[in-house]
Amino acid sequence: MMYLLVLLPLCGALLAWFVPDNRVRPLVLPSIAIPHLLLSLYLIGRQTEAAHGGWIYLDPLGKITLLAISSLFTVCAVYGVGYLAYRQERSNRVLCLGLLICLAAMSLVTLCQHLGLLWVAVEATTVSMAPLIYFNRNARSIEATWKYLMICSVGIALALLGLLFLAYATHVAHQEATLLLPDLLKAAPGLHRSWLHAAFIFLLVGYGSKMGLAPLHTWKPDAYGEAPGLVGALLAGGLVSCAFLAILRVYQVCLASVVELAFFQNALIVLGLLSMAVAAVFMARQHDFKRMLAYSSVEHVGILAVGLGIGKGALFGVLFHLINNGLTKGVLFLSSGNIHRSYGGKTTEVVQGALTRLPWSGGLFLAGFIAITGSPPFAPFVSEFSIISATFATGNYLVGGLFLLFLAIIFIGMALTVLPMVMGTPRSDLADSDYRDSLLTVGPPLATMLLMLWFGIWPPEALLQLLRDGAALLEVRP
Amino acid sequence: MVSLADQLLVLVMLINFIMLGTSRLAFAIRAVAVQGVVLGIIPGLLHQFSGHLLMITASMILAKGIVIPWMINDAVRKAQIRREVEPFIDYVPTLLLGAVFTALAFVFAQRLPLAPEHRELLFVPASIATLMTGFLILTTRRKAISQVIGYLVLENGIFIFGLLLTDAMPFMVEAGALLDLLVGIFVMGIVINHINREFSSVDTSRLQALREE
Repeated sequence: MMYLLVLLPLCGALLAWFVPDNRVRPLVLPSIAIPHLLLSLYLIGRQTEAAHGGWIYLDPLGKITLLAISSLFTVCAVYGVGYLAYRQERSNRVLCLGLLICLAAMSLVTLCQHLGLLWVAVEATTVSMAPLIYFNRNARSIEATWKYLMICSVGIALALLGLLFLAYATHVAHQEATLLLPDLLKAAPGLHRSWLHAAFIFLLVGYGSKMGLAPLHTWKPDAYGEAPGLVGALLAGGLVSCAFLAILRVYQVCLASVVELAFFQNALIVLGLLSMAVAAVFMARQHDFKRMLAYSSVEHVGILAVGLGIGKGALFGVLFHLINNGLTKGVLFLSSGNIHRSYGGKTTEVVQGALTRLPWSGGLFLAGFIAITGSPPFAPFVSEFSIISATFATGNYLVGGLFLLFLAIIFIGMALTVLPMVMGTPRSDLADSDYRDSLLTVGPPLATMLLMLWFGIWPPEALLQLLRDGAALLEVRP
Repeated sequence: MVSLADQLLVLVMLINFIMLGTSRLAFAIRAVAVQGVVLGIIPGLLHQFSGHLLMITASMILAKGIVIPWMINDAVRKAQIRREVEPFIDYVPTLLLGAVFTALAFVFAQRLPLAPEHRELLFVPASIATLMTGFLILTTRRKAISQVIGYLVLENGIFIFGLLLTDAMPFMVEAGALLDLLVGIFVMGIVINHINREFSSVDTSRLQALREE
């Protein structure tokens, strides 16, 4: 059953390659994504058994990430049908193929219990996303693709070196060299400290650059800014979640090794706060709203890192925020894609009065902004609040204070860009566009927004239990 | 056999210097191919013969010695470029830097808490030196192709360290990593082609439209 999660999208990719018609091909996306989501929900709901010698196993952390990825992909897939209908001028073969291969790789990431295989899957997500950033085929998008490809490839290569250090630590300790997670957790307390230290630094830098933690975030604004909306959503919600899961696995090993935990947590807090600070600085006076969303993504990986660094009570919030961040970013990127299409530009000089011109997309963008900045009643408020309260409860007043300060600055900075965009009246010299809000382009983000409202007000017990199980894995030493 | 492996690692480090010193791209591509093949042979010297080993050696030589150089050469031919022009740091200073990094790699490796059986071998210093060479090429060269070569050298450096641990890396992972590398280079080749078409050059220092005002 678990292998199907990977095989299904791969079959879809093959199918997408052979469908000759540009109009029919996007239909492959939802017809794979919806069964994938149903299968994911089925697997999340039950206890799975380890397969392939313990390499493949869906633990609660994997389940949470799978939930975030699969639901976001389904939303993007349905949206994709509507969006690509407006982009018939170019072939979407590579786009559909890349999206489905990326879904397969992301699903594999959630299933891996072998850190080497996990690395292969993360690298596969990086490579499969590269051609998608270049969908618009212009000078700016090629530049973004090149930067993304180089920085992420080198970053991931460093993570591989970190993994080798980790395996070498087991070798020096006269144990059988292994990268299988359960074995590593058992062996961790006896491992040589300096090799562990080096391994964790390289893994944090490697996966951190993939996740977009400052100061390794430089590819993010470019890639998010130039990619189509639905690719941006998957970068911000899917790839970030995968990279964060990789960091969670490293965290598990740190937790088991006991001595290295404090160092790793401090590094996470410092990088997290730095990311939030960078986001706060660059978010202000940002004219390009897609780049603004990229900095918002930098902010939210910062929040995740700080929460993980605090540990204990914040872990529940961190895992909840992983889901919330992915889905809310989905709403923002998809609705911003609609606005971009309608106005033919993505700067605040062109885009004004979106609520008048596009009531649905403009309204969703506004609602997404309210949600992502952590205002009630949406779910990100709940997760951010529980991270902050845990920060103060554990006595980290300085971290908590800076966290709140950056959140406030970011809220103001983002509002200064978003409010003029959606309020006011559209410029009169605006060219007419063929884009109209339709069920396929507005429905998916609307459904996601309602889901965020539901999770914020009345989260289902099954979800909370899943999050508690996940947090328990990161709290208790094995 | 281990001493032969050490001599091959010396060869690998010499190839690092060749790549730092040359301005001709075709030559650098051939050098990185030779380096890949040499690294592909080393596992065969260290371990007992087995099907697993044969697969790794064959796929390494095929990928790094033939397929990847062919893909990069293809990109070079399409973009019609022959040599690197004006790197950010000139050739002689980068060669000197490379020498300094290699010396430092030896000093650093001495201080690492290695397993006793690895202390006398060249694997760790060669790995660090190659890694640093890769970084040097990545950061000092302008042409997109040179950066791809730098990335390959970096990857080779990591692979040398991996030679110490072939047990921890099962064939599936090794093959997956190699496949990722292949597809990665393939995508990079395509992107280079498009950079050339869009900018009429593969000089990455021209890629600077995207930044904060």
